[in-house]
Amino acid sequence: MEVAFILEKLILVVIIFTVTLVIAMYSTLAERKVAGFMQDRYGPDRAGIFGLLQPLCDGGKFFFKEEIIPAGAHKPLFILGPVIAIITACISSAVIPWGQELVINGKAVSLQVADVNIGVLYIFGVIALGVYGIMLGGWASNNKFSLMGAIRAASQSISYEIGMGLSLIALLMVTGTLSVGEIVAQQSGFVNWNIWVQPLGFLVFITCAFAECNRVPFDLPECETELVGGYHTEYSSMKLGLYMFSEYINMFVSSALMASLYFGGYNFPFMYDLGLSQNWITVIGVLVFFLKIFGFIFFFMWIRWTLPRFRYDQLMNLGWKILIPLAIANIVLTGVVTLVKDTYF
Amino acid sequence: MQSLSNRKKVLEQKPMNIWERMYLPAIAKGLSITIRHFFKKIPTIKYPEQIRPYSKNFRGQHSLKRDEQGRERCTACGLCALSCPAEAITMIAAERKKGEEHLYREEKYAAVYEINMLRCIFCGLCEEACPKEAIYLDGPHVTADYLRKDFIYGKDKLVEPKFDITQLKQEKI
Repeated sequence: MEVAFILEKLILVVIIFTVTLVIAMYSTLAERKVAGFMQDRYGPDRAGIFGLLQPLCDGGKFFFKEEIIPAGAHKPLFILGPVIAIITACISSAVIPWGQELVINGKAVSLQVADVNIGVLYIFGVIALGVYGIMLGGWASNNKFSLMGAIRAASQSISYEIGMGLSLIALLMVTGTLSVGEIVAQQSGFVNWNIWVQPLGFLVFITCAFAECNRVPFDLPECETELVGGYHTEYSSMKLGLYMFSEYINMFVSSALMASLYFGGYNFPFMYDLGLSQNWITVIGVLVFFLKIFGFIFFFMWIRWTLPRFRYDQLMNLGWKILIPLAIANIVLTGVVTLVKDTYF
Repeated sequence: MQSLSNRKKVLEQKPMNIWERMYLPAIAKGLSITIRHFFKKIPTIKYPEQIRPYSKNFRGQHSLKRDEQGRERCTACGLCALSCPAEAITMIAAERKKGEEHLYREEKYAAVYEINMLRCIFCGLCEEACPKEAIYLDGPHVTADYLRKDFIYGKDKLVEPKFDITQLKQEKI
């Protein structure tokens, strides 16, 4: 590997990392703003214009709060919990293609950190790791409410990972590849988007994504009304901040994943008909991709202020008795349709 | 039993049909409601920057008025204290000395004039009782404080500030 390649990737990693963190930061503000507008009020608007400095103030507050580690807690694991949560949240964005290639001085620069040929599997692995952060934190707190939250988180994400995986299998049957970069490249234009061939799969996937991100209506791990604060009851200061942050990064990454798997990623309608140069297509493509991501993030928030939380048995019923059979039916349907298409057309 | 009023409604609990059990139409309906609220006009009044307009006959903090020459109008007759249903007003009268004609309009004036703002109900009866047009409830809201004794407002807070009559005339021109 030459130095230029490593440098190129390093710059890309730093940019993506920064963008991810900034978006996660401003998601907190956006969430409160959206909440406000949906409840007929302004959200925070005192810090800076439109409250734009609010995330900075919140961050500052987190840093200056007293850090408490409970006497009965398992100290190393108590610290490890939020660390794992934030790391797994950050590394899952590595295989997402942010745009096509940029040509700089005749050299093509790919806007994807790592085009692994098992990209989808990689994301699955990382998401499965994410639950360790919550579990460790909840268990190490030595608090029954935290433990309850952690147990709920573990069983919830295991249940919904199955549905998510099964819904993706149908998608992989259509695309024939596990590489996220290739899946996105196949969906050029507008009619080739996977949402048109896999609407049912998308429905199952987005529901599972909500559950994996611990968002309303599946936010039982941190259900305030029953569990005080859920798995992060005992956390304070920046450790709590890291948990919250990882939640928002997860939301961002899963939005990016949904946009690239089902909604064509950086592809936009008429992208090759406008007579634009390759660099312009890439730049607009990146913007379009982020527009799609923001759309999904807004949808996450929109759902949050619309639906009430599920009861725990309802959650399990939905996961095991509805989503998994639906996903399996989707696989069968996709198989039959593919077979018929290949044989007769 | 038979209903006498005929207003009794019998509610039926039907089992949900497949469309209702899918939840998706209900979710879509809920989403449409929240998004409508998202674009609705917000009724909030951003207080320090925007102040809600007061009614014309709003009754706020009392002020003891001065006449055209800047003299206190109050003559300490005690009618306001008498009319006060909450017993909030007390005063001690004093006689005007020679050389104080520019300070007090009448021969008798209130040396001490106190209103207990915790007792006051802002009914405006003192305003109506006053024969000298000396007291009006035309001030701002009475603000919060920490100690009970700080709610007893003396003349220092009640008498309206002295204005310069010449300046006022110039402004009018």
